[in-house]
Amino acid sequence: MTEKQRKVQAGNIARRYAAEKRFRLYGVAALTVTTAFLAVLLVDIVWRSLPAYLQYNAVMTVTVDASKIDPAKPAAGDFEGVVKAAWREQLPSVESRADRRLLNSLLSNAGGSELRRQVLADPSLIGKEVSVPVMLSDDADLYLKGVVTGVARATGDGPLQIRAEGENYFLSGRGIDPGAIVLAAGGAFKIAPEGSSAPAEVIAAPGPAAEVPAGQWQLLSFDTPETGRKIGDRQAVWLEMLRDKNVFERQVAWNFFLNGDSREAEQAGILGSIVGSLMVVFVTVALSLPVGVAAAIYLEEFAPKNRLTELIEVNINNLAAVPSIIFGLLGLAVFLSFFGMPRSVPLVGGLVIALMSLPTIIIASRAAVRAVPPSIREAALGIGASHQQAVFHHVLPLAMPGIMTGTILALASAIGETAPLLLIGMVAFIVDIPSGFLDSATVLPVQIYLWSDLPEKAFEARTAAAIVVLLVIMMVLNALAIYLRKRFERRW
Amino acid sequence: MNTIFFVLLCLLVLATFMLGRQRAVSMRNGSALLHSLPNYHGMLLGISALLVGLFVFVALAAPFPVIAPWAALAAAAAAAYAFFTRIGPDFRARNVFERITLAILLACSGIAILTTIGIILSVLFETGRFFAEVSPLEFFTGFQWSPTGSPPVFGFIPLLAGTLLITFIAMCVAGPLGLLAAIYMAEYATPTVRAIFKPVLEMLTGIPTVVLGFFAALTVAPFLRTSGQFLGLQVSAESALAAGIVIGMLLIPVISSLSDDVINAVPQSMRDGSYAMGATKSETIKRVILPAALPGIVSAFILAISRALGETMIVVMAAGLAANLTANPLESVTTMTVQIAMLLVGDHEFDSAKTLAAFALGFVLFIFTLGLNFVALRLVQKYKEQYD
Repeated sequence: MTEKQRKVQAGNIARRYAAEKRFRLYGVAALTVTTAFLAVLLVDIVWRSLPAYLQYNAVMTVTVDASKIDPAKPAAGDFEGVVKAAWREQLPSVESRADRRLLNSLLSNAGGSELRRQVLADPSLIGKEVSVPVMLSDDADLYLKGVVTGVARATGDGPLQIRAEGENYFLSGRGIDPGAIVLAAGGAFKIAPEGSSAPAEVIAAPGPAAEVPAGQWQLLSFDTPETGRKIGDRQAVWLEMLRDKNVFERQVAWNFFLNGDSREAEQAGILGSIVGSLMVVFVTVALSLPVGVAAAIYLEEFAPKNRLTELIEVNINNLAAVPSIIFGLLGLAVFLSFFGMPRSVPLVGGLVIALMSLPTIIIASRAAVRAVPPSIREAALGIGASHQQAVFHHVLPLAMPGIMTGTILALASAIGETAPLLLIGMVAFIVDIPSGFLDSATVLPVQIYLWSDLPEKAFEARTAAAIVVLLVIMMVLNALAIYLRKRFERRW
Repeated sequence: MNTIFFVLLCLLVLATFMLGRQRAVSMRNGSALLHSLPNYHGMLLGISALLVGLFVFVALAAPFPVIAPWAALAAAAAAAYAFFTRIGPDFRARNVFERITLAILLACSGIAILTTIGIILSVLFETGRFFAEVSPLEFFTGFQWSPTGSPPVFGFIPLLAGTLLITFIAMCVAGPLGLLAAIYMAEYATPTVRAIFKPVLEMLTGIPTVVLGFFAALTVAPFLRTSGQFLGLQVSAESALAAGIVIGMLLIPVISSLSDDVINAVPQSMRDGSYAMGATKSETIKRVILPAALPGIVSAFILAISRALGETMIVVMAAGLAANLTANPLESVTTMTVQIAMLLVGDHEFDSAKTLAAFALGFVLFIFTLGLNFVALRLVQKYKEQYD
């Protein structure tokens, strides 16, 4: 080999090794991209869901007025009115009708539900003073969480002059620029805009004070301009004033876990859809598990090799790959239209999902039955058992852990199924928690779909939180399947 | 009423089982040699009562709702009694019982066929009604799709184009990533690396598509839009790209797990032969293993394509509704599945061309996926025969 040839070869080898390295890197890159995608997905959804678990409640001392809540008929009482009265008392400086309405809109329209629960449980509270948490509206809640806008406070340096002319106030001091928002003397003002000599807009009426010394007044500024948010400047300032009075408390948003659906984000919960999901899954298991296991046993143990068996196998393999929305069409045309079953009920949903998950369960169960060694059958047959006795008394119990694992995995994917249920009408807006298999219901993934379409910002967090719940349910099911596999797995 | 019937039927089944068993036991105690165990006599009575009762109930429930339960119970009791009278030393209850069980098992397997027939009939029937109103020529060659317009226009081409565009984008993402991931997992990865990445891929398979749709609509699409603005590109809020990328992510585990299997199935001797010739690992993979595993990999790709065609939730949430005929991935397109869902969600009467059009789309989709699955399965079978 000449020197030149050797050099060429060395160069070749270097190039080939570089190619080897590069190829390996591509593989690592592919896995990294996939993992990164999954990580971004999970972090993004958990992050978005965070505002949904806790909510701000206004904890107030409420006088349960016997004139508004009749002790004889407490259930028909005006709890909202009682709560609103207490709410307005928190900010007596808000006086005009329009302002009061604006202030009231910061409370949820079911704000009195906790008071109602307490009073109905203990009617002797009527006429007394009770301290109860009162739910805020979704926008107020999001504002307090800082989702709507960032807010900055600067303590005023230098004295602030307040000149009152009747109802009108004129402010002057360092930092009092046009458009600024000032908290001073128990009141709040918004300075007139640039180029106007009009008096300051009174957001909350101040006490009598002509001069406020440095450090005792504050300048407020919001990051998002008023036009870009649902909470206006006036409402935001009121919320800030109440926050200073320590009215708000951050509490667990039990509503989210215990309510049905609602048009109001702060009252919307997932319990209805979870119950619907459980019912659908129950129907699915009750139908597809016995049928799937029976089919698997027949195909693995008894089926003769003929055209019919072949046809069944081809069908099962094809059904496993049919898009789920086609099963929705089947449910719509056969169950709803032909058999005249009701729309949006868990029974029909379960039927459709059962047909859909049947191929998966059959395939998994067949694998489990096949994994039982022939010696078990032969031993049973050898001591005089019939073929069916051998299968049902010996093979099936041994195959059961494998069958259960496959079934649980099939269920985990059935719980997340959405598309076919859309077509059989499980997308209706349902407030009540379903109580039977023929009640209108929706399921968790469909609830997610419905909420994701809504424009309110608060529903975005609820949607993400519902997704987190769905993912947790699926992870628990998967963990259960892995546990079963580990615990009962036998190597023959 | 129905609940009462089912409770009564269950009680009857239990009672007949006990009676049959009791009679067989007392016969055996009277030193008769029975062919079958007493349990089989009891079970035969029970199952005959159950089956006959259910059958009569289902058959009569629609025409005679009032007498159906009582007729069914009477028939069930009669069936059980018929076998009751035959209990004796020569009666082969076990054989009869096992024949019934076998029939039940067969019937359960037959449900797969029934489902397929149900799908074909329901879709075909409604599609036929649709084509009675809209000519197939117009449907398959029309360039405009506006089912809610007046008059409605049903031109299928924009939907097909949109579906194919999104599928193409998805495959551009999932093809290379899935295949490379599979190669790395099968050929390079140490057991520890496998233990880390296998669950990642499995988790990605398990994530419900509605979750991916939410992610596509709220995170990926706005991200693409802002990066597009940064680059001076006009990206639609419901771009085909966002939906395509997320569907691609969904398909990565589909492709990688199937390809992983076929790559592992390539005999070790082929690798050893290649190494012995001095080839590096990557050369072996590119020149020996991939060609050998090609049919299996192609079938994995085909199955992934069929999955992408039928994917619904991601496109419903992230892709558009307007049927644009465009090849620009930054614009909004719609797909067949989106239109099926949109036409059928909400209240609808079964006679309008609008709802029937959804079935026609379903029919086309079913044929597409069925054809692709068939080709993929045949490829895998052929490939298996090669190395088995």
